[in-house]
Amino acid sequence: MTSFTINGRAVTTDVEDDTPLLWVIRDHIGLTGTKFGCGIGMCGACTVHVGGRATRSCITPLASVEGAAITTIEGLDPAANHPLQQAWRALQVPQCGYCQSGQIMQAAAMLQDFPAPSDDEIDAVMTGSLCRCMTYVRIRAAIKQAAAEMGTKA
Amino acid sequence: MSRLITRAEATAPFSRRGFLVASGAAGVAFGFSRVLAAIDPAVPGSVPASATGPQFEPTIWFGIDAAGIVTVNIIRAEMGQHVGTALARILADELEADWDKVRIVHVDSDPKWGLMVTGGSWSVWQTFPVFSQAGAAGRIALIEAGAKLMGANPANCTAKGGAVHAGGRSMSYGDIAKSGTVARQFTPDELKALPIKPVKERRLIGRETHGLDIDAKTNGTAVYGIDAKLPGMVYARPKLPPTRNGSKVVSVDDAAAKKVKGYLRYLVLDDPSDTVPGWVMVIATTYYAALKATDLLDVTWTPGPGADMSEQTLQDHARALVAKADGGILLDIADDDSTPNFTAAAASTIEQIYTTATVLHFQLEPLNALAFEKDGVFEIHTGNQWQSLILPTLAKALGVAETKVVLRSYLLGGGFGRRLNGDYTIPAALATKALGRPVKMIMTREDDARFDSVRSPSVQRLRMQFDGSGQIQAMEHHACAGWPTQVIAGPTLLAKTKKGGQYDPFAISGADHWYDVGHQQVRAVANDLANATFRPGWLRSVGPGWTNWALESFIDEAAHHTKIDPVAFRLKLLTGKGRNAGSAPNAVGGALRQAEVVRRVAEKAGWGAKRPADTGLGVATSFGQERDMPTWVACAAQIHVDRATGIVRVEKLTLVVDAGTIVDPDGALAQVQGGALWGLSMALHESTEFAAGQVKDTNLNTYTPLRIADVPQLDISFVESENVPVGLGEPATTVVGPAIGNAIYAATGIRLRHIPITPAAVLAALKAR
Repeated sequence: MTSFTINGRAVTTDVEDDTPLLWVIRDHIGLTGTKFGCGIGMCGACTVHVGGRATRSCITPLASVEGAAITTIEGLDPAANHPLQQAWRALQVPQCGYCQSGQIMQAAAMLQDFPAPSDDEIDAVMTGSLCRCMTYVRIRAAIKQAAAEMGTKA
Repeated sequence: MSRLITRAEATAPFSRRGFLVASGAAGVAFGFSRVLAAIDPAVPGSVPASATGPQFEPTIWFGIDAAGIVTVNIIRAEMGQHVGTALARILADELEADWDKVRIVHVDSDPKWGLMVTGGSWSVWQTFPVFSQAGAAGRIALIEAGAKLMGANPANCTAKGGAVHAGGRSMSYGDIAKSGTVARQFTPDELKALPIKPVKERRLIGRETHGLDIDAKTNGTAVYGIDAKLPGMVYARPKLPPTRNGSKVVSVDDAAAKKVKGYLRYLVLDDPSDTVPGWVMVIATTYYAALKATDLLDVTWTPGPGADMSEQTLQDHARALVAKADGGILLDIADDDSTPNFTAAAASTIEQIYTTATVLHFQLEPLNALAFEKDGVFEIHTGNQWQSLILPTLAKALGVAETKVVLRSYLLGGGFGRRLNGDYTIPAALATKALGRPVKMIMTREDDARFDSVRSPSVQRLRMQFDGSGQIQAMEHHACAGWPTQVIAGPTLLAKTKKGGQYDPFAISGADHWYDVGHQQVRAVANDLANATFRPGWLRSVGPGWTNWALESFIDEAAHHTKIDPVAFRLKLLTGKGRNAGSAPNAVGGALRQAEVVRRVAEKAGWGAKRPADTGLGVATSFGQERDMPTWVACAAQIHVDRATGIVRVEKLTLVVDAGTIVDPDGALAQVQGGALWGLSMALHESTEFAAGQVKDTNLNTYTPLRIADVPQLDISFVESENVPVGLGEPATTVVGPAIGNAIYAATGIRLRHIPITPAAVLAALKAR
């Protein structure tokens, strides 16, 4: 049995301990916004927050999140209106969209550490998130726009 | 199935959104969720709303319901182009619809739609006349019906903003549809004859808009093929054979696999279509169990052809083929039936070989398909780009009529041509037939890479002859690669020459360029070893991805050979005369439009300006995918070469594009941004090679596409035009590689003739100089 919270909701599951968190979230809990891309933690499509930290759920065994608070793209903001999501929509960042949940979750964690990230900081953090459609120019612009918006409100 | 206990705590803050997701998840897990037709990407969960009251459907392409909602049927796959938005705006503009009331539905396969394919950068180009006329038909019928209902003369009525107006009165399209009095239908011939609005009266085409699929892609509610689920379904992962073709299973031992909790069984697929020879499917109650059990399953095969194939052998074979004077197919070059005569006394001749490496699609959503049988019909739920191609194969594999198979549409987590080849639907279909229950097959990333229809490696030989004054007298272009259309689509889709030769047009396109080069010969050669070893794929831009690498590098070499500036040299050859004059409707202006984008890009990029040491500017141009549908593109790449490490850093890419009429400006920009960066990725960052019959790199630990830190400054602009809208998904891909190669030459004097260009290759060339 493993217990944790996901998007503020308590969950207990008897799925086997070594199951990657990704498949528990997608197939057992039924939240499919978190995506499977590479399975080795190198594309970022499966990124969720565990205790507020960006985490590659495809290489995170279920047992390791016992007692943790997990947030997925569906729970990032109650109205799907996080400043990053607003900026993503305003700048029409997504193309195929498959990586974008992971991109947004990675960027949201980054903004907690770097509220006004420089280009170098964006490069360093976001380079772990592959976008095969190559929407990178807009990802960078949207992060800066969201950071500015959050900075104004802070 | 594992038990899942969800305990909603009354004290926990529970947002409405969270609740909706929770109940949606329960619906997915326990209800018969998304098994009906079609998707609306603007709606969370993608389920289209049902129509209100009677629908007015003047053509198969759209309907208007009593609430005035215009639902446009989209037969193209949504894989990042926001294609439904662009196509619906073409129709809505002509219909004079209220855009806020327009919905799109990506439809499932049905013979009534005709050819269902999304590729070749064709969607807007092919659909523009069809949807313009469909919209016009609707407008005419609504004006007639509205006039009748209002007791007005149709000649005095106008349509605008989703309503018919007569003098001071008006009636909404919804109210007209609600009356149920619009019965007018149009035959295909009538539709084709309908006039289209003058450009100045367009209200949606060319104006900024918000892609209808965007929002759901920012909050986790967009539904891709991998998200499709059914109650009672089992998970499957393939155990892939050692070769793509011809493998046979000798024995299977699942003793170790049986120890995995959730493992059910294995299946040796019996495939009458021969799409997946030697495949073994591992079936389990969870995907993780299928993953583990597949690793533990012990299968022995007799391998098929190519089990020992290497990249070197494939390329050596191609080199030998392009070196020979015969073999392959000579293309018909318009207005030029004469063969270049390189034996005549020429002042000078240049000849070079160019090569490109094997490239993976690596679309981020690994291949997957959910298949089941319901009421005698096999349903395949997956993202796909060419339903019409795979349906007959599915029918053959399943031993049923084509009418007993339907492909349901989903969003594609990237297409890039991989999903033109629907081979991945076959194993899921065969497994569901064998098991009698729904089967969800998901490939791991490594499975996906090994099963990829890769971009074939290529070898090309180009030759050019000059007279004493430096004029080009003749040119040859010989290109050898695997032929995707021959292998995957079969002989009926090959192009034919006047002499009856058959060739893959998509594997040679781009070599039949718009430069004036005197006598011109273009020869397409299939690499039969490649065709036997793997199933060559169509990958974003297909043939021009290699032909334009060779052509535009070679043109640069020719310019330097004649000591003429590379931009001036290109402009001198792009005269728009003779066979390069272009023709209506698609290629109006011909080579002169290509000259214009070259001129503009040179000006914007600061061509001719002095640059720091080891920094260079290179230019390249392209006519896109096909001579019959040219998209004129030019690129200038500014790069810096680090002589110590051999690392090429791209500082800036400037692109100018003439794609005729632009329907969705921001979507067009996105396609050029993505296409150009794909070109950069294939020029400097990504490739694999065949070793022992398989691609060597199967995941991101060694396969290294472009990341955000590698992105240069981009300056992209479009030529304002009222010409026929052509394609945008691919053309920007093919100019970046040669522009970089030419820039490296400008910066350092070294000429590199293989992509991707590696630091090792740069260092070796610098050392050899």
